[in-house]
Amino acid sequence: MDATEIGLWGVPLAILGGAIRVSTPFIFVSLGEAITERSGRINLGLEGTLVFGAMTAYAVAVMTGSPWLGLLAAAFAGLCFGLFHGWICKFPRVNDIAIGIALMLFGSGLAFFFGKPFIKPKAPNLPAIPFGGWSDIPQVQAALDVNVLFLIGAVLSVILWWAFRNTRAGLIVRVVGDSSDAARAMGLNPDTVRLLATGVGGALAGIGGAYLSLYYPGSWTERISSGQGLMAVALVIFARWNPLGCFAAALLFGGAGALGPALQSVGVTQGYYLFYAAPYILTLIIMIATSSPTRSLAGAPGELSITK
Amino acid sequence: MVDTVAGSDMPALFGARGYPPTLEWIARRAEAFVIPLAALIVGMALFSLFIALVGKSPILLYETMWRGGFGSWFSVQNSLSRAAPLLLAALCVALPARLGLVVIGGEGAIVLGGVGAAAIGVALSGAPSSIVILAMGVAGMAAGGIWIGAVGALRHYRAVNETISSLLLAYIAIALMNQLVEGPLRDPASLNKPSTQPLADIYRIGNIPGMDVHWGLVVGILACIISWVLIEKTRWGFAARIAGGNVRAAQVQGLAVGPLIVGFTALAGGFAGLAGMLEVAAVQGSANASLAAGYGYTGILVAFLARHNPLAIIPVAILLGGIDASGGLIQRRMDLPDATVLVLQGMIFIIILLSETFYGRFKAFNPDLWKRPDLVRGTA
Repeated sequence: MDATEIGLWGVPLAILGGAIRVSTPFIFVSLGEAITERSGRINLGLEGTLVFGAMTAYAVAVMTGSPWLGLLAAAFAGLCFGLFHGWICKFPRVNDIAIGIALMLFGSGLAFFFGKPFIKPKAPNLPAIPFGGWSDIPQVQAALDVNVLFLIGAVLSVILWWAFRNTRAGLIVRVVGDSSDAARAMGLNPDTVRLLATGVGGALAGIGGAYLSLYYPGSWTERISSGQGLMAVALVIFARWNPLGCFAAALLFGGAGALGPALQSVGVTQGYYLFYAAPYILTLIIMIATSSPTRSLAGAPGELSITK
Repeated sequence: MVDTVAGSDMPALFGARGYPPTLEWIARRAEAFVIPLAALIVGMALFSLFIALVGKSPILLYETMWRGGFGSWFSVQNSLSRAAPLLLAALCVALPARLGLVVIGGEGAIVLGGVGAAAIGVALSGAPSSIVILAMGVAGMAAGGIWIGAVGALRHYRAVNETISSLLLAYIAIALMNQLVEGPLRDPASLNKPSTQPLADIYRIGNIPGMDVHWGLVVGILACIISWVLIEKTRWGFAARIAGGNVRAAQVQGLAVGPLIVGFTALAGGFAGLAGMLEVAAVQGSANASLAAGYGYTGILVAFLARHNPLAIIPVAILLGGIDASGGLIQRRMDLPDATVLVLQGMIFIIILLSETFYGRFKAFNPDLWKRPDLVRGTA
């Protein structure tokens, strides 16, 4: 069978499949950023963490032959980047947004520095589960080949949503994010909580990077990330810092990212680059629609500099 | 009688606490030089450690960097050529920063400025060269100005975060450029690297007499001086500094914060657009994907290193232009990846931001503390 036999149905199908494939890094980065921002800090450096995570995962997978070790290494590298951001931001008058920009450049620079020898070799990929086995249409099978990380991300977003509401740790993160003074009055050290929250956020972003290099697109190049780490920050605001919202928004962004390739697969090549820009345009429109100059955003952590 | 230092017979020269006013003046201003300089040195020292850890000689690296950036007249000219777009790209960060905005999407304004200038240059071909070059400059500034001005307008009227929106707009601008350069503006003769039609030689911007550096360097330095005068010596600059300190206070004072923000961001984007126009008219000769060469991102580092002071941008841009220029030589001579320069820039950037925490903490820079040990103890 080829694309013409299922005709235009191929477009929504390709978008669905693309949404699942493209959204996974968004899910992890945005969940990580949601944890960090809930604690009152913003880490724009997740873009650099994502790229460094992608390189680390690929390099370790090439050297050990195990994609899971690569994933673990990427999470650890991300944790280090996150902890570094969290530590450096505790000094007075150090701006978390500016440090994020610096870490974005530094993370990418380090990844390109160490990643040079790994552009050629082939690493083993993370496994996918073929949910499309019931169908014998190749497009359906391709669309429903779901990577395990997507499923882990889905479960994680539910767990985080529950944990923010119902656990002690979730409450501590939210208190620190809403008011440093209230947190100190409770005997909590806001800097320590933010350090840990930024560290966990970095680890999740590292996993998102591992997905990029070990599954889709599935190779290490210097152009592996096209701003996913940054879009995830905007996505968290759109999702109102709610992990379930992050998951839904990530799917939406994944679908927008799959629009160009999907249309191209049925022969629409006009305006390819503009469709390629669809996720950025969508992000911008959503930011414009959901921001307001007169009221602060519902659900925004009180200590977050980006919404002040 | 003014309190004098023993042995001095010129009390008129001394300040209220017995120190020469010039010394106090120097001390207060030295902070703005010494702390960034110290941060730069610490950043380079940490980078030496990094280079030693990967098994190369830091001494050889810095020697190569010096040779590639400033060691010969040839390399100095190369560095100055790279500094030209950096000056303008850094202004795109520094001007909004004075209003308290962190705009990091200058790359988008550079790219669109270049495309706009190339389109006008081709459309007007046949007209006198001075008119065409002027029109290209205006088109470049307009394209960049609209792009970053929109970031400022969204910030003020819709409260959209300017850092994220400017970066998203940079990605959109690059997509737009690819679409235009591969579609309506494509020169059919450009096969493997889609470009706009090449500019005729009379519409190209040449070199400064006696140097292999194009006029963009002069334009960039002039833009920095104009920006400094604008910020420090005009009422708009004064208003911008107030708004940057406290938006509410500025509004209470009756300052039109909205037009101020849009005007400053549009001017900032206009400078970045001018950098794109210069890349087209002086370097590339047409608009193509080479416009997105990363000047917008290095410009962020230049602006932060210069602490958003337009005059300080001039030496910092030349320094980073030199570091950029030495990248190729480091790669060839020391067998290190081309990203080595990026790692160094990232390290310096982080240390510079960290150094913000040291302002106002050193007694040497604060004459108020010199004769007040009680205050010193309180702050130590």
